[in-house]
Amino acid sequence: MPKGMILIDKERCKGCGLCIDACPQHVLSYSGEYNQKGYNVTWMEDPDRCTGCAFCTLTCPDVTIEVYREISPGRGGNNA
Amino acid sequence: MPVMTQKMTKVFERPRSLADIEFTYCPGCHHGLITRIIAQVIDELGIQERTVVVGPVGCSVFVYQWFRCDGIQSAHGRACAVATGIKRVNPDLIVFTYQGDGDLAAIGTAESIHAANRGENITVIFINNQIYGMTGGQMAPTTLIGQWATSCPDGRDAGLAGYPIRFSEMVAQLDAPVYVTRQSLYDQKRIMATSRAIKKAFQYQVECKGYSLVEILANCPTSWHMTPTQANKHIADVVTSVFPLGDLVDRG
Repeated sequence: MPKGMILIDKERCKGCGLCIDACPQHVLSYSGEYNQKGYNVTWMEDPDRCTGCAFCTLTCPDVTIEVYREISPGRGGNNA
Repeated sequence: MPVMTQKMTKVFERPRSLADIEFTYCPGCHHGLITRIIAQVIDELGIQERTVVVGPVGCSVFVYQWFRCDGIQSAHGRACAVATGIKRVNPDLIVFTYQGDGDLAAIGTAESIHAANRGENITVIFINNQIYGMTGGQMAPTTLIGQWATSCPDGRDAGLAGYPIRFSEMVAQLDAPVYVTRQSLYDQKRIMATSRAIKKAFQYQVECKGYSLVEILANCPTSWHMTPTQANKHIADVVTSVFPLGDLVDRG
């Protein structure tokens, strides 16, 4: 299983929760932490399970998520 | 906290054609997603330098700010007429309009239909969320029968307000359009299909094939009084039964 990681721009997250629904590994959840606009932002509750599939960022309406993935040598880059 | 290792490669970042400005849309609104997809398509086709967006009136009124390309704001509903003018004077430009259902299917019906009938070489992105979002959730021509809106508090009544307009089917009857399709964004598979449809529509314009219309069934969690998750489910279960998905015309 490839390893992945995401970075969420907390100040731009509006807490809509679409990424939480989209994540097939159930990595994401609401953090309980509020940004300056008062939205309950998303965070990686279980980061070890992230595979870098980029489903979260595909559904994010505010383009807040950057996705990183470990790519094993020889497999080549696979853009989301 | 997640740890970044040296082997990690960035597989998704903000498209270059998308300006680094925050969207003014409500949480969970599909407008932002569609804007991101279009920006990604502009990047992939390498047409940023010669693309012009024609903005509507509605929630997406500031659409010219979010794309790193030229943009113009048209009068309410007249985006297809403005796009026609730009494209005829500068045929080398890639011109697309970004319109909601109130803009394209209500006040702008004449301009939209006749631009399609003339087969103008433009791309029309039609965001159909079945309600007037910006003004507070009034009934649109595309509102479903029985759907609640502030101007039909008992639900839309066909005897009083008619039936939802299937604009893509109307345009598909014409001889000129080369590509007419209806897509949605309620899951990852649909989002990828929408990306491919928008790319195809732009590709046809680059190849000077003619008019293309991409209708996208979008949500409006605020005016529908639903959570974004419920709104996506509503599109999958209810809206797609009234507005069936798929390509209606592909003469490319």
